[in-house]
Amino acid sequence: MTVFNIIFYIAAAIVVGATGLAITRKQVVHAVCYLVISFMGTAVLFYILGAPLLAALEVIIYAGGIMVLFLFVVMMVKDTPPSIDKPSRVKRWLPAMILAGTSALISGLLVFADPGNRLRPPIVTGTPQEFGNILFKDYWFPVEIASLLLLAALIGAHYLGRRADHPEDTP
Amino acid sequence: MTIPFTHMLFLAILLFVMGAACAMTRKNLFLILIGVEVMLNAAGIAFVAAAMRWLDMNGQIMVLFVMTAAAAEIAVALALIICFQRQSGSTNADRLSLLKG
Repeated sequence: MTVFNIIFYIAAAIVVGATGLAITRKQVVHAVCYLVISFMGTAVLFYILGAPLLAALEVIIYAGGIMVLFLFVVMMVKDTPPSIDKPSRVKRWLPAMILAGTSALISGLLVFADPGNRLRPPIVTGTPQEFGNILFKDYWFPVEIASLLLLAALIGAHYLGRRADHPEDTP
Repeated sequence: MTIPFTHMLFLAILLFVMGAACAMTRKNLFLILIGVEVMLNAAGIAFVAAAMRWLDMNGQIMVLFVMTAAAAEIAVALALIICFQRQSGSTNADRLSLLKG
């Protein structure tokens, strides 16, 4: 039991706890704040699992970018009235239960098919240099597609978010 | 340092199920999106754990693309929510059923 094991389990507990709090909040702002904690814990996990660049990106993109965008929009949008109709508890929870059962089944199969694997590698396996080499040598085409996806998302978000009463915004 | 791969897999699966339950049971569109984010994050943890298990960088690179997809998805989804909120004055997913002709 080294210190990294202890850090791993503490970080995992923080991630699970913060996510559990996030998905049960009624207020969206509270949920987003807990989710930021969850993403910070995930970054620690990534670092321990040998992905320092992804740990940094997790903080920058997820916690710093996506969640801040979320907060902006949540504060832009007015408070929402409560639900119109109240469906039964079964109708609400049945799909989630089915999914949980399926996931448990698949994970059980995965675990029993490959049991007892212990990870003993060094703390950092993937340096950013190695990461970039593989990314731009073997994955240059997916990188282009990802950039195109981001461009499409940018244009789409701008088009959907424009105001109809601003004539200069309409194309 | 020896952490069983199955423990990481359990962590990822637990987070995925939590996110899926959130996405399926909540009514607020923002909370549904938060559930989707949690699911994508869980997939990332599984990818990184597998990259370490097989000492293969490809798993880590997939996480980068997952992050890209998540960022694009969230931008468009939030724009759609704003659009929907302007039309109906609500962020409740039940109101979306009114789109039916």
